[in-house]
Amino acid sequence: MPDADGNGRGGFSPDEAPPGSGAPNAQQARLREAPSGSGRPMISVQGLHKRFGTHEVLRGIDLDIPEGSTCVILGGSGSGKTVLMKHMIGLLKPDRGRVIVDGEDLVPMGADALERVRRKFGMVFQAAALFDSMTVYENVAFPLKEHRKTGEEEAREIVRQKLALVGLKGVEDKYPADLSGGMRKRVGLARAIVLDPKIVLYDEPTTGLDPITTDSVDEMILDAQRELGVTSVVISHDIASAFKVADTLAFLFEGQIIAKGPPHSLRDHPHPALRQFLGTWFGRN
Amino acid sequence: MSTEAAGPAGASSGRPGTPDAAPGPIRQAIEGLGEQLIQSIATLGGISLLGVRVLREAVRPPFRVSHLFSQLDFVGVGSIFIVLLTGLFTGMVFAQQTQSAFALFDAESLVGPTVGLTLTRELGPVFTALMVTMRAGSAMCTELGTMRVTEQVDALETMAVNPVQYLLVPRVLAGLLMVPVLNMLFVTAGMTGAFLIAVGVNGLSAGTFLARTREWLVPMDLAEGLIKAAIFGLVVALIGCFKGYNATGGAKGVGKATTEAMVSSALAIFVLDYIVGALIHA
Repeated sequence: MPDADGNGRGGFSPDEAPPGSGAPNAQQARLREAPSGSGRPMISVQGLHKRFGTHEVLRGIDLDIPEGSTCVILGGSGSGKTVLMKHMIGLLKPDRGRVIVDGEDLVPMGADALERVRRKFGMVFQAAALFDSMTVYENVAFPLKEHRKTGEEEAREIVRQKLALVGLKGVEDKYPADLSGGMRKRVGLARAIVLDPKIVLYDEPTTGLDPITTDSVDEMILDAQRELGVTSVVISHDIASAFKVADTLAFLFEGQIIAKGPPHSLRDHPHPALRQFLGTWFGRN
Repeated sequence: MSTEAAGPAGASSGRPGTPDAAPGPIRQAIEGLGEQLIQSIATLGGISLLGVRVLREAVRPPFRVSHLFSQLDFVGVGSIFIVLLTGLFTGMVFAQQTQSAFALFDAESLVGPTVGLTLTRELGPVFTALMVTMRAGSAMCTELGTMRVTEQVDALETMAVNPVQYLLVPRVLAGLLMVPVLNMLFVTAGMTGAFLIAVGVNGLSAGTFLARTREWLVPMDLAEGLIKAAIFGLVVALIGCFKGYNATGGAKGVGKATTEAMVSSALAIFVLDYIVGALIHA
């Protein structure tokens, strides 16, 4: 449901049934079981505005993402999803507003402080963004060697474990070009979680994948949350995936969050843009 | 009704003399030139700022020595053959042409110093930098551009790795350090080529060639060439990195960035050649 002031500001309204406090459903049950699901916001976006030239991309975003939960930011192309995600990891500075990650405001931070905060994050890119001149092992071991100066043998063991966690075996010596799209995404996740981050960001993880691979990527996101207890933020326009993995859905439209809450609470939302968006999938299913 | 309809929309109907009339060809040309000038100044500012950033990151840990050696190998060792070949033939052609001309007034003995001065002061640094631009500058731009458009640069940032320090510092330092070395090889190959043609083919005395060259060529000539080569190396690497690092628009954008980097680098080499030469001889 929209918030009282109609612009998506503030926390969850009472009828939105925030995760962990409302009627039971699979997502909420999963959130309660999450190892670190304390409910305190791991990421808090407050009054975020961003303009590029004359185009105002974000127009007052307020969003709290509880620790240990999975929040899917749903929206059409050009709605500002990627820009919002880039603010969460400090790749962009807002014109106005605050982005608080694990209790620290990113906006006034300098480059060194931002690099320190970014170590709390892992990010899975839409096209995986693996280093194409490196093998799978070198890709996954990259953060270990950069930040922990891990020895070769220990790094090999950690990489093997992380690849096993995302369901991959025996691919260490392959190059990204030798892998399928789904496998590349999995390697991307293995690289994202290799330093045991608190937060994993997924940028359109299922775009361009076939239904079976999409399903396996959804499972991968759920497994990462279940087994590692990470806070996950997924930006997507894939409605089916969003409803499968989300504890919280936020719908971004024209730079504003016009609805947020558990997935079921958004199905009958009155906003015409959201109705039209969800209707493209629920209308057929 | 008709008045209302012709209000703001009607004012921009393109009638000559009205403020909203379509700009004429002269105005369009001036606007186009102005935009290009602004764009060029913005690019120059961007390259300068990137240069400052690269130099600042170069003195901050972690020092990526293996990356630097890898780039020194790519820019320097990888360019040796093409630089030697270009230098050899440049010296041969230049000796052939000057000897033919000097023979008209019995001044063949000046072939050595003429070729030597030209190679050390001008042709060596300019041709070496052009070769490095074509071979290494284009590769830097394409590689960084591809990394940018496939989000590999963003991935570095999200992994808390400074992409300027990781990707750009080794490349720019390699340009700065290796172009002077390659310049010396170019000059050596060029003088060898000139000696082969003047002495071996056209029959000038070897002693005359060497003695006259020693007489005219002074260490400052070599120093001028090395200073120019270092500046060209720095600028060529910075332009290649700047264009690649800021590439947008997929494969087409990377191609466009590489073309722009090549053209800008070549222009910069010729403009800087004059400016640095003028400053040294002022």
